[in-house]
Amino acid sequence: MKRLIKEFAKGIIRENPTFVLALGLCPTLAVSVSVGNAVGMGCASTFVIVCSNVIIASLKKLIPDKIRIPCFIVVIATFVTIAEMTLKAYFPPMNRALGIYVPLIVVNCIVLGRAEAFASKNTVIASLFDGIGMGAGFTLALILISAIREMMGTGKLFGLTVFPGFEPALAIGMPSGALLIIGLLLGFFNTIKERAK
Amino acid sequence: MNATQFLVIFISNVFIYNVILSRFLGLCSFIAISKETRPALAMSFAVLFVTTMSSMITWAIYRFLLEPFGMTYLRTISFILVIAAFVQLVEMVVRKFAPHLYRIFGIYLPLITCNCAVLGVAVLNSEMFFGAKTPVLASFVYSSFQGFCVGLGYMLAMLLMSAIRERLESCSVPKAMKDFPIGFIIASIMSMAFMGFNGFRF
Amino acid sequence: MNNKLIVSTSPHLHTKESVNSIMWLVCLALLPSGIAGVYMFGPAALRAIAIAVVSSVVAEFAIQAALKKKASASDGSAVLTGLLLSYNLPAHCPFWIPAVGAFVAIAIGKQIFGGLGQNIFNPALVGRAFLTASWPQHMTRFTAPLSYDAITQATPLALLKENKMIEQISYLDLFLGNKGGCIGEVCVAALLLGGIFLLARRIISWHIPVTYIAVTGLMCFIFGGKTLFSGNWLSYILSGGLFLGAFFMATDYVTSPLTHKGQIVFGAGCGLLTAIIRLWGGYPEGVSYSILMMNAAVPLIDRYTKKRIFGTR
Repeated sequence: MKRLIKEFAKGIIRENPTFVLALGLCPTLAVSVSVGNAVGMGCASTFVIVCSNVIIASLKKLIPDKIRIPCFIVVIATFVTIAEMTLKAYFPPMNRALGIYVPLIVVNCIVLGRAEAFASKNTVIASLFDGIGMGAGFTLALILISAIREMMGTGKLFGLTVFPGFEPALAIGMPSGALLIIGLLLGFFNTIKERAK
Repeated sequence: MNATQFLVIFISNVFIYNVILSRFLGLCSFIAISKETRPALAMSFAVLFVTTMSSMITWAIYRFLLEPFGMTYLRTISFILVIAAFVQLVEMVVRKFAPHLYRIFGIYLPLITCNCAVLGVAVLNSEMFFGAKTPVLASFVYSSFQGFCVGLGYMLAMLLMSAIRERLESCSVPKAMKDFPIGFIIASIMSMAFMGFNGFRF
Repeated sequence: MNNKLIVSTSPHLHTKESVNSIMWLVCLALLPSGIAGVYMFGPAALRAIAIAVVSSVVAEFAIQAALKKKASASDGSAVLTGLLLSYNLPAHCPFWIPAVGAFVAIAIGKQIFGGLGQNIFNPALVGRAFLTASWPQHMTRFTAPLSYDAITQATPLALLKENKMIEQISYLDLFLGNKGGCIGEVCVAALLLGGIFLLARRIISWHIPVTYIAVTGLMCFIFGGKTLFSGNWLSYILSGGLFLGAFFMATDYVTSPLTHKGQIVFGAGCGLLTAIIRLWGGYPEGVSYSILMMNAAVPLIDRYTKKRIFGTR
């Protein structure tokens, strides 16, 4: 049990996919305009990571080593399609807001990275917890970035004004702002890592 | 089909909605391979080729298989498989018939399968041009041209970035900002500069 | 340890000119157009300039202290950045606009790359681009000259963009600065004075400013009119920030190419992009964006125009 908790916890801080491993940055930057979008993207990605981790871990004996990557991609793409159709059916506004970035979860390096580095070598239960941890770490990072961007870019958080009288810096809500914030945050986390050593 | 449409596709994909600086596709390779110009250029040529070709192939699949039979929900899975297979095929062909070329950009080909830019342009095309609303020929030409322009935009960003980062090697960037973070900051400023092209009209 | 033998790398010869003196001379050269701006737009312009200069010096000190680096604000580069930034602002912007812009310029534009001499992009332009993207409503509200109660007026370029002839403004007014615009860009005469001073002191060479202005004028002449070769090129080059950009911002040592050949390519690129943005882009003015874009291309230009080192291939 202790090990499982460790597998879960490492994804959130020590091996945070976004800030430490710097994986899956494309969707992180693209959908972090608002916290709502970030949560939607985080949940969809977590669903895909967890399901594909479990399936791949349980099929790892059956999958031939040479063509394992295409097999992983098929599994991942299946779950992405399920997520896509679910979003389209039940959350159409969210689906519109996330746009082409939903199908692009397939090529999110975190998903394939976890399949290759963890699920294909570990047990089903361990992979389940690894997937939940990584998904949670990814979602938390997304929420952090999008909260910063939403506050600075629109002056609001969940539609509520945070600082009265503050004129929002529209640039932060634009692509250049996303790149700026992620650059500064990565630098900030690097500083913390250096200090911790 | 008219000339303005081509110009609009060109300007918007190369500058305004630059695949890297504005759509954030292919960021991983952009940051990872842009440390030197030669590999960056090789990678860009590989991407240019693959985005163009995969636009054509996914167009055929979508137009003649998925749409007539009402299977558009299989878009993601079929596109990624076709792209992966195509890239694999190209790698094998290049290795067999042009070993010299393979040495230059062969190692980047497998990376492209997982490059979101390639799948991204296919999905984008399928939403903009693939549908039955656009006539067959126009739909084909527009989408392959868009694939080509996305590749060009990728190349532009890669080329500028790699030259800048080669120069940064001799600069005393603060230690915490080295490599990834400074790469993002530069990309951010470039993205701000390209905003100058916003609102183009002819 | 009384060893006085000094081992240093080349270059061993130095002129008396140091970075400090160059920076202060450029500031001096900028003075006339600042005075003209204050005369045109009143005390509000002076306030904006003062805030921008003070905040960029403060930002420089604060960041260097935070990074535990030696303070170097006395070299004048922070003052220069502040000056250039404020010259690119409308006079009646809120007080925090120059302050935020100066902070962004110094922090993101300069110190993050390692400080003076290492930045890729012109810091003042980074600040301005950020401000324009963030608060367009404050950055595009231009006041009419010589009317100190802040009546807004469209800039000549905005009029040109809407295909209105700018008959009410004569060429002389454009040249002397009796027009709406940013603080430091309106008085072409004063900018020219400063530019000629810099050229005479050999602080800048003619290559970038001349090619920049010439290419912009040529492009506007060819494509700026209703038919080809009928554009009102003189209005185009006398309006907007072209002279400020060409003489003072595109020529920044750190962010422009090293060789004359490279500088001509750089100037021509700036001119081309400026004309493209002015004629077909969504914004009336493209000087700052085009210089930023060409800044990004400088390492590339340098690589292909660098003089071959003797004996290498």
